[in-house]
Order: sequence, then C-alpha cells, then structure tokens
Amino acid sequence: MSLQQSDIRTIAKLARLAVKEDELAQYQQALGSILGLVEQMQAVQTDTVAPLAHPLDIHARLRPDVVTETDQRAKFQQIAPETENGFYLVPRVIE
Amino acid sequence: MHEHTLAELSRLLNTGKISSTELTRLYLERAERLNPQLNGYINTTPERALAQAKAADLTILHKNHGPLTGIPIAHKDIFCVDGTRTSCGSKMLDNFIAPYNATVVEKLDAAGMVTLGKTNMDEFAMGSSTETSYYGPTTNPWDTSRVPGGSSGGSASVVAARLAPAATGTDTGGSIRQPAALCGITGLKPTYGLVSRYGMIAFASSLDQGGPMSRTAEDAAMLMNAMVGFDPRDSTSLARPKLDYTAHLSDSLAGVKVGIPKQYFTDDLDTDTANKVQEAIKQFEQAGASLHPVDLPNTHLSIPAYYVIAPAEASSNLSRFDGVRFGYRCQNPVDLLDLYTRSRAEGFGREVKRRIMIGTYVLSAGYFDAYYLKAQKIRRLIRDDFQNALKQVDVIMGPTTPKPAFKLNELIDDPVSMYLSDIFTVSVNLAGLPAISIPAGFSGQLPIGLQIIGDYFSEAKLLNIAHQYQLHTDWHKQTPGGFA
Repeated sequence: MSLQQSDIRTIAKLARLAVKEDELAQYQQALGSILGLVEQMQAVQTDTVAPLAHPLDIHARLRPDVVTETDQRAKFQQIAPETENGFYLVPRVIE
Repeated sequence: MHEHTLAELSRLLNTGKISSTELTRLYLERAERLNPQLNGYINTTPERALAQAKAADLTILHKNHGPLTGIPIAHKDIFCVDGTRTSCGSKMLDNFIAPYNATVVEKLDAAGMVTLGKTNMDEFAMGSSTETSYYGPTTNPWDTSRVPGGSSGGSASVVAARLAPAATGTDTGGSIRQPAALCGITGLKPTYGLVSRYGMIAFASSLDQGGPMSRTAEDAAMLMNAMVGFDPRDSTSLARPKLDYTAHLSDSLAGVKVGIPKQYFTDDLDTDTANKVQEAIKQFEQAGASLHPVDLPNTHLSIPAYYVIAPAEASSNLSRFDGVRFGYRCQNPVDLLDLYTRSRAEGFGREVKRRIMIGTYVLSAGYFDAYYLKAQKIRRLIRDDFQNALKQVDVIMGPTTPKPAFKLNELIDDPVSMYLSDIFTVSVNLAGLPAISIPAGFSGQLPIGLQIIGDYFSEAKLLNIAHQYQLHTDWHKQTPGGFA
C-alpha cells in the first residue's frame, strides 16, 4: 500500500502535526517503507482468530467513588506555558 | 569500589566499611569525569543524591536499614522524579519539572536508594540506539564509536562503565534487554503488570514495563524485591503475593528444560553471536539442564504486528502533548489549531513524529481492520506460540539481538533496518512475558547477550538460571577499557 502526498497531509491533520510541504516526500518514503514491513501480516489467514488487546486477562478495576486526589493546582500550573487566575491560557477560540 | 555489585555494596555499608555519602560522592565524581565520553546521563542530581545519602547513613547508624539502603542508582529519564526535570529525551519535555514521583522511584527511595541522576534514552523510548534523544546520542563504553542500544541506552551505558552500580529501565519492545546485551550487563523485563507504570511516561501502554538493569542477576533480584508491587494508581497493575526474588538464586539447574527455537537461529544471525549463544546454552546442559527444540512459527510476524500496535498506542498516548498544560509551546500561535500543530511539530523529533503518523493512520477509519485489528489477531498467534512452547519447557533461550552493537549513524536514516534489530525481543512484549538478557561472551571487544524467556511470573526462575550461569562465567565481570 503506497501513500500519496495527499494521504500524508490527511494523516498529519488527524495527528495534529504541522508538516511543511518540503517534508511530505520524506514522510511519504518513511511511512511507505514502514507500511511495507507491516504488509507481511496480510499473508496470514486470521479469520478465526480473536484479536488480543492485552496479553493478560486484565479487566477494568473499580474503586469506591470517593475523592482520592488533593488540590495541587498551583503546583501543576507552575510548569504550564501560560496561566492566569488559575486558568490555562490558549489563543481565543470564540470571538 | 566501583567494581562492586549491589550485594557486595550492601555488605560494605552494613559493616560500616564505607558510608553512603562516600559511595555517592565516588559515583558522582566518576560521572562528572567520565560521562562526557558517553553522554549516558542527561544530568546528575548531586544535591538530591547527597541528601538521600546522608539520610541513608543515619538509617544505617540506627540499624533501621534494608539491603538496598544507601546504594546509588540512576533512573531512566522516563521516570518522574518530583522536583527534577523529566525530559523523556524530548524537546517537548525539556522544561518539564515533574510535580510527583513515579511509583518505581517512590519504592526505590523508600528502600533507601540514592538517585544519582537521570539517564539518556531514545525520545519517548522510541528507538533501539539512543540516537533519537534531544540531548544527543549516548555511546557504548566498549567502543565509543558505537551505539549502546536503546531505548534505555543511557542506563545500560552508565552501568557498564560503572558510573552507577545499577539503573532503572523500561522495555516496550526490548528497550531493557537489547541495550543490556549491547553493553554487556544484565537486564530484566518483568511480566507485564508486575512493576507499576505510574509516573513512567507512557509510550505503548499494553507493552510498557519497567525493570532493573544491573551488573548481575543477583543485583536484579534485589532490585525486583523493591520495585514489584500492586499499585492502585496503575490500572493494569497486578495484585500478586509478595515474593523474595533472591530466595531461589542458589537452586540447582538439574532437570531444567530449556527450549531452543529454530526461528532464533537463522542465517541472518551474526556468526559470533550464534556461536557464543550456542556455547552458553551448552554450559547450561553441562549444569544439568536438558535441551529441547521448540517451535515459535510466527516469530517473523512479531515486528510487523509490533509496528502497528506500538505506534497506534503511542499516537493515542502522545496526544496529551498539546502545548496547553505542560511541555513545549510554540512561539506566537495564531489560533488554537496552530498552537497544537506547531507545538507538536517543533517539540517532537523525527522518529516520534513518524510513529505518531503511522499510529494515526492504522487507527483511522477504513484502515483499522486491515492494520490494527489484524495486528491484534497476530498478537494472539504469537502469544499462543509461546504458551504452547512453555508447556513443553521451563524456559526458552536464544540471542537477545541479531548482532553486536552497531556504529553510530549506521541505521538512523533507515527506520525499518533499525526496527529489525529488535526481532528477538518484541515478541516477548506482545505476549507480556518476562525475559532476561545476560552477558554471554564477546565478539572482538563487543558484548553478546543471551536471552532467557520464561512463563508469566517466572522471574525468580529466570534470575536463578542467570545467577547459576554467572557463578561459572565472568563475562559480566568485564569492565570496558578506559572505565576501569
């Protein structure tokens, strides 16, 4: 399965990665060779095999619905790029 | 002093032959002097180390200490250490001061260990050479023109060069075992779920597992005693009865059944690697073990399945890096989308972006079944292969890597060849099994690793087998020239 440069643009958009025009060919080549490697899987008949998401029989653990975390907002916001009055700042979304 | 194992250091500290402060200063001094050749540490944390050492000395004085009290250790820079920069080898987290401790760090702190610093790694643990780090490549102390392996290459390099007596690592597709093999040390990847993933920056959550990297199997057993345990903060942590991993080190190997998969000894295998590994396996036979051929017919599919599953999980995990709450943010974003896309494009390196793109693609509408679901089905075939083999034998042995350490820049522009260097390790992660790599000889001056794979929760058995081998060999005692 070979990828077109338009596919690279679509994937980059879904992945929220800015890709410059002059990087498209490089991605096309690298992703193409990785998909070529992965392609070997298609030769195997797996119609009757159930997918395995997780190696061990692990299921979601439940816990009592009580507060376990303390308020550490000030500590966590010390490492934020931009905050104001306890809020995280981003460029304006709604005019 | 830097040639001692953890077990020996423990005795020296216990009998007052040396203090933790003296030992810590000794390793910090070695790190300062020798790390520039290796770039194994991203940074040392001397203040924290000396404070911990002082506390350890008091604990020892008051006879409240355990076997690891006062012994220094280095942490892979994937583990959050409260108040310390935790970069994961990425520009994205270059400014990230972790606001909490990983459970592994908390447990080793509680055992009285002294954190010397943070070790270099492939960016977000994505790599097999430690060349994708934002902080530059780490080199192999056996030949500094070669890679140490990866992604835990910094940990392997500093332990091999004796700039730390032991280190932590993480293993998603071989990232503990492969660098351990290439640097001539011991590295154990435990059963998935035994060591908490809390505070260990996520790469591929169904595969990631932390573990010890050390000189000897005995040292790894001592570290396992402190690292393993149920953690309510990790949703896939396993609650198991507490084990003493050192208890069975001395067991005899008589009657142990060793499986040899023909798929691990193909023509692609480097000749020296094949010969040394075969010699090591013969030694186990002489020690009373019996050898049996086993079949792992889907081995060749492990790399393809892994390079769908791991990037898929990574693309999801790494979506949290958006330039909003922590980490790198681009300059002057024009709108929110620009902030996301440019922060991520500028903050992540090439290999990480490649994997995010692949992961995004295989999970996208129209391709999910052909790639992701298919890979999960193959994952089951691979796990079933191991389960069938491990019904017939106690452990499986083979090479850890297809060849010894390669040159810096040899594979960095060829991702597929780089991926293939993990051919013998990734299947173990897909199956969630434990495996250990131990030094089994040299090719010229380059170390060769023997991998021993066991059934779920067989770590004590793996450590026993590795320890018995190390009692009769001295590969693990060799120190690279220039670091003696």
